Amino acid sequence: MAKQRRTAEAPKPPRLAVRKTYKLYLGGAFPRSESGRCYPVTSTDGDHLANAALASRKDARDAVAAARKAFGGWSSRTAYNRGQILYRVAEVLEGRRDQFAAGAERAQGLSRAAADEAVSAAIDRWVYYAGWTDKVAQVLGGANPVSGPYYNHSAPEPTGVVAVFAPQGAPLLGLTSVLAPVIATGNTAVVVVSESAPLAAVDLAEVLATSDVPGGVVNLLTGRVPEIGPHLASHADVNALDLTGAGDLAAEFEEAAATTLTRVLRPGPGADGGEDAWLDPDPGTARMTPFLETKTVWHPIGV
Amino acid sequence: MIFDYAPAPESRSVVRLRDTYDLFIDGEFTPAEGAGTLPTVNPADETELARFAVAGEADVDRAVAAARRAHDTVWSRMSGAERGKYLFRIARIIQERSRELAVLESMDNGKPIKETRDVDLPLVAAHFFYYAGWADKLAHAGLGRDPRPLGVAAQIIPWNFPLLMLAWKIAPALATGNTVVLKPAETTPLSALVFAEICQEADLPPGVVNIVTGAGETGRTLVEHPGTDKVAFTGSTEVGRQIARSVAGTGKRVTLELGGKGANIVYDDAAVDQAVEGIVSGIFFNQGHVCCAGSRLLVQESIADELLPKLKERIGKLRLGDPLDKNTDIGAINSAAQLERIRELTDTVEEEGVQRWSPSCELPSAGYWFAPTVLTGVSQAHRVAREEIFGPVLSVLTFRTPEEAVAKANNSPYGLSAGVWTEKGSRMLWTAERLRAGVIWSNTFNKFDPTSPFGGYKESGYGREGGRHGLEAYLG
Repeated sequence: MAKQRRTAEAPKPPRLAVRKTYKLYLGGAFPRSESGRCYPVTSTDGDHLANAALASRKDARDAVAAARKAFGGWSSRTAYNRGQILYRVAEVLEGRRDQFAAGAERAQGLSRAAADEAVSAAIDRWVYYAGWTDKVAQVLGGANPVSGPYYNHSAPEPTGVVAVFAPQGAPLLGLTSVLAPVIATGNTAVVVVSESAPLAAVDLAEVLATSDVPGGVVNLLTGRVPEIGPHLASHADVNALDLTGAGDLAAEFEEAAATTLTRVLRPGPGADGGEDAWLDPDPGTARMTPFLETKTVWHPIGV
Repeated sequence: MIFDYAPAPESRSVVRLRDTYDLFIDGEFTPAEGAGTLPTVNPADETELARFAVAGEADVDRAVAAARRAHDTVWSRMSGAERGKYLFRIARIIQERSRELAVLESMDNGKPIKETRDVDLPLVAAHFFYYAGWADKLAHAGLGRDPRPLGVAAQIIPWNFPLLMLAWKIAPALATGNTVVLKPAETTPLSALVFAEICQEADLPPGVVNIVTGAGETGRTLVEHPGTDKVAFTGSTEVGRQIARSVAGTGKRVTLELGGKGANIVYDDAAVDQAVEGIVSGIFFNQGHVCCAGSRLLVQESIADELLPKLKERIGKLRLGDPLDKNTDIGAINSAAQLERIRELTDTVEEEGVQRWSPSCELPSAGYWFAPTVLTGVSQAHRVAREEIFGPVLSVLTFRTPEEAVAKANNSPYGLSAGVWTEKGSRMLWTAERLRAGVIWSNTFNKFDPTSPFGGYKESGYGREGGRHGLEAYLG
């Protein structure tokens, strides 16, 4: 009797939310940093949002190993299959659009309209590159009319493992815009995501993990560019760097990359901008060609 | 009765050598300010052919300034159609003077006249002819609606195909509206200087092409010069790394065509006689001074005993000697330094358990020579299987399964070229798909064409030369 009265009189306490632990995304799994470290992530107003894993040099190396392991399988998928998987990413992202828009409002201080615009553009960007997977070889490759009795044909192939420094100020649309072209073409990626706004990337990892993107194709590191960047830039098993979000360290990383002739995409216009710098709905092939090799095959013609 | 070949030397009379060659800057031959010179010798007999100017900083400055002026005031403003007509004109003059250029190239480089006459010079003319036609069609190259030239290109070329490498550099650069400062190799500067005369003969506007001669220091000065927008280099991977480092952070564009250790895979169903010819041209073409040489023969174990004796028999018939003799197959090693490098890499192989074989072959007493050499019993760990020798030395390895062949072929930091010999189409395509190399020759080897993109994966460099792809290196 007394028990019932207490329940009726006291207001029902709000349900305690289950908070998310933001971890790395490595080889298809979500581990903490092997270093056991994390760092606080705040909103643009300074409110604490969460702790993110502070990736170490070892995590970066593990990510490269996972990306290398995944490269053979991913690059030998048919282009059609890769396109379907990228399209699936768009489908799953669409289903979670409110989560991402709310996250962008909270983390980046965007208006709801700007957040919605960024999320919509990110979804559409996956669709855009899903469509590129089985066209890029036709656009960039073809028959070469050599002056002799030879069949001669050039086609693009993925270069391998690409280390991507994602834009610092554009944590969802910017990240999508640099990541999607890398994997659309059959490369695998190790991405150092925005240090100050890393949560969208970890949310995106959950989308990738449930969209049939094989483990290891995308590996996401949250942490500090000055700490893990040099190890990725000089890593002998990294084939290419996208330095978009490398900031002041871009030249240093390019110099480190020279030791193993690692391909380099330098920071372009918009590298320092916010999500609105990435709204162009037709970015073309410019972010795919730096990570492609051209292979030319000859064969004699005769009876 | 055995008939030997009578000497059949090509006449040198078509070549008019000068005692000293100046730099070519702003349309004129001009002495270097430091006035230092270096000799260039005929590697077949070690006689001095001529001396050439060594460009210092001030000279490189002048050349870059001339190129900038020409770019800004003339060349980038000219219509593509007019630029193209200059290149067509150059292609025609090269065809007219091809005998002279072939003889000169053989004298300065040491390669057989058969190759300069039938391979180098026809490809040089074809390259200019091909890119001439692109000059007014750049909007159709898939590189944007209005692609723009980068500006001034610093270009450094090697000694193995002096004039051909010049063509690979200059033709696409000029077609796209860039101007150039080119440095030929210090052991083979002469054909580039005759090319400068051809530019004059074609009335090419002054400053569009500038040729600065010299050694490594001149090259470094040119690469590091702040007044250029682009660096294009063909040469060793080691120098390529240095260039990539020095260009970092400058915003200059760069393309690099570097070393190789090409695998030539022969499956058990290959047409053996054809494969033997391909193996021979793969490694002994141009004395093996070829970045894309098939220097690692991977032969399927089950046919190794049949193939190797045939290969040796064929190699025994190669004729080594006077590069100007029309019957010569193997000419001189380009320089004393390169000969030393080949010896250094091969001198100790027998101590490492490798079997070494060369045909009985008399080497001329003067000049730089190295007999064609086959190394068997080579494993992946041997230096001769890993490092680029850049000479007439073939390392032979065996494999059992296609998977093993591909794994061995790809087990190299290089990725420039590879060969596949099989009569089965699906196996050829399966193999070609898995080889991490920029050029795959199947049932052929060492074929080149201006329409066919050339360039490497991995530490063989980046960028492509030739074809539509070759335009990308010079457009922004």
